[in-house]
Amino acid sequence: MNSVAVEVLRYRPETEEEPSFEVFDVPYEDNWMVLDAINHIKDQMDGTLSYRWACRMGVCGSCGMMVNGKPVLTCATYVEDVLPGPVRVEPLRGFPVVRDLVTDIRDFMVKLQRVKPWIIREEEKPLAEGEYLQTPEELQDYKQYSMCINCMLCYAACPIYELDPEFIGPAAIALAQRYNLDSRDQGREERMDVLSQHDGMWGCTFVGDCSVVCPKKVDPAGAIQRYKLDATVDWFRSALMPWRKR
Amino acid sequence: MARRSREPVLWAMFSGGGMIAALLLPATVTVLWIAVPLGWVEAPSYEGLRSLFLHPIGRLTLFAVATLSFFHWAHRFRYTMYDGLQLYHLSQLIAILTYSIAIALTVVAGFVLVTTG
Amino acid sequence: MAKALNASYRRYHPKWHRERVPIFWWVRSASYIKFMCRELTSLFVAYAAGLLLVQVWALGQGAAAHARLLNWLSHPAVVTGHVVLLATLLFHTVTWLNLTPQALVLRLGRWRVPKAVVWVGHYAVWLVLSLVIVWLFVGVA
Repeated sequence: MNSVAVEVLRYRPETEEEPSFEVFDVPYEDNWMVLDAINHIKDQMDGTLSYRWACRMGVCGSCGMMVNGKPVLTCATYVEDVLPGPVRVEPLRGFPVVRDLVTDIRDFMVKLQRVKPWIIREEEKPLAEGEYLQTPEELQDYKQYSMCINCMLCYAACPIYELDPEFIGPAAIALAQRYNLDSRDQGREERMDVLSQHDGMWGCTFVGDCSVVCPKKVDPAGAIQRYKLDATVDWFRSALMPWRKR
Repeated sequence: MARRSREPVLWAMFSGGGMIAALLLPATVTVLWIAVPLGWVEAPSYEGLRSLFLHPIGRLTLFAVATLSFFHWAHRFRYTMYDGLQLYHLSQLIAILTYSIAIALTVVAGFVLVTTG
Repeated sequence: MAKALNASYRRYHPKWHRERVPIFWWVRSASYIKFMCRELTSLFVAYAAGLLLVQVWALGQGAAAHARLLNWLSHPAVVTGHVVLLATLLFHTVTWLNLTPQALVLRLGRWRVPKAVVWVGHYAVWLVLSLVIVWLFVGVA
C-alpha cells in the first residue's frame, strides 16, 4: 500500500498563539481524494483535527481548502494528482482561522445578503395567475452564474479580497449577476446601487484567478467585467440623458 | 444608499485607452522607432511625416491616443500602487496624484497638437 | 458593515488567526507575477504616447530638430530600449485581446456571439489596423 506525507496546518487557540504544521504519514488507495486522506487522519490518527466537509461529491461547497498553495475542493482532488508528498493542507486563504482547517466565513455570508440574491419584483403576481414563464434561451442567459455552490475558492484565489477584506468579492458579484440576468427579476437597479459602491465591483482588477479555480465554471471574473460595462453604460446614459427613468 | 461611485467614467477611459494602445501602438513603435532607425524601411521624409501627423485627422487621432493612453496609465497604475504596495491608507492621495498627472499630460498633449505648425 | 462585523468579532475572539499578507504577495504564484507584469505595461503605454508627442513637437520645431530626434532614435541603446518597449506593448496587446471575449458579451438579437468569434474579430482588427499604420508611414513620400 502506498503512503503519502500530509502536512496539515494545526491551530488550537486555547493552547497556542500561532498555527503550526503537523505531518501525518497516510496510507492511501489509488482512487482516494485528498478528503479521504484527511478523513483517515481524523478517523485513525488524530481525532482532534477539525475541518468541514459534507457531500464529498463537489456540490455542497463545504470542503474547500488550500492544497499545495492552491484553493481546491478536497473531495474533488485526487491524491495521485498532488504527489509526491508532502501534501500541504491549509485552511482557505482570505478568511480568519477559527481552528485547524476551519475558517470563519461570516464575511461572505454578510456580503452575499447585501447583493439580494433572490428574485425581486416590483409587484408579485397573484397566485391565481400562475407561474412566471421563462424560455430556454432566457434560462441560458443566467444559468452559468446559478451554478455557484458558495465554496469560496474564488475568495481564496482573489488577491484583492486578501488585501482588502472590504471588497465584496467574486461569488457575491456573480450571484448578483445571476439574478440581474434572470428575466423574472426586476431588481437590477437595487443591486447596481449596492455594487456601485467603493467596495463593490470597482475593486476588481481582473486578475482572473477566481474563474480559474472555480470548480463549477461560473466565471465570476467575466461576470464582474460585464457588470462594469453595464454600470458604465448606465452612468453615461444617466449623465447624457438625465431625464430617462432609471 | 450612498450615491453611485464615479468610477465608471474613469474605467471607461482606462478601457478605451487600453484598447487603442493595444491596437495602434505596436505597429507604430515597430515602424517609427525600430524599423526606420535600423534602416529596414525607407525613412518617411520630414514633409511626409508632417503631412501625416499635422493633418487635422492626424492631430485628432494623436490627441485621442495620447489622452486615453495617459488615463489608461493613471487608472491602472493607481490600482497597482495600492494593491501592489498595500497603500490603502493612501488611496485618496494616489488617486489624486495619478489622475492629476494624466490631466497635466493631456493639457500638454492638447497644447502640442493645437499649436504645432 | 462587513468590516465592522469582522472587527467586532475579532475583538471578542482575539484568538482567531489572520494571516498577514506579505508585501510581495504577488511573487508567490506564476499567475500573480504575470498579472503584475501586465499591470506594469501601463507605464510603457504612457511612455510611447509621450514619445509620440515629442516627435510631433520636434516636427513642429523644424527639420533640424527632427533630424536630431532621429539621430537619438538611431542610438543602439535607444533602439534596444525600444525593442523592449515593443515587447511590453505586445504583451499588453495580447493579454488585453485575450481577455476581451471574457468581458464582452455581444448579442445580435437573441443570438449570442461566440467567444471565439469575438477573439478572432479583435485580432483581425488589430492586424488590419497595423497594416494600415505600416502602409501610412512607409507610403508617405
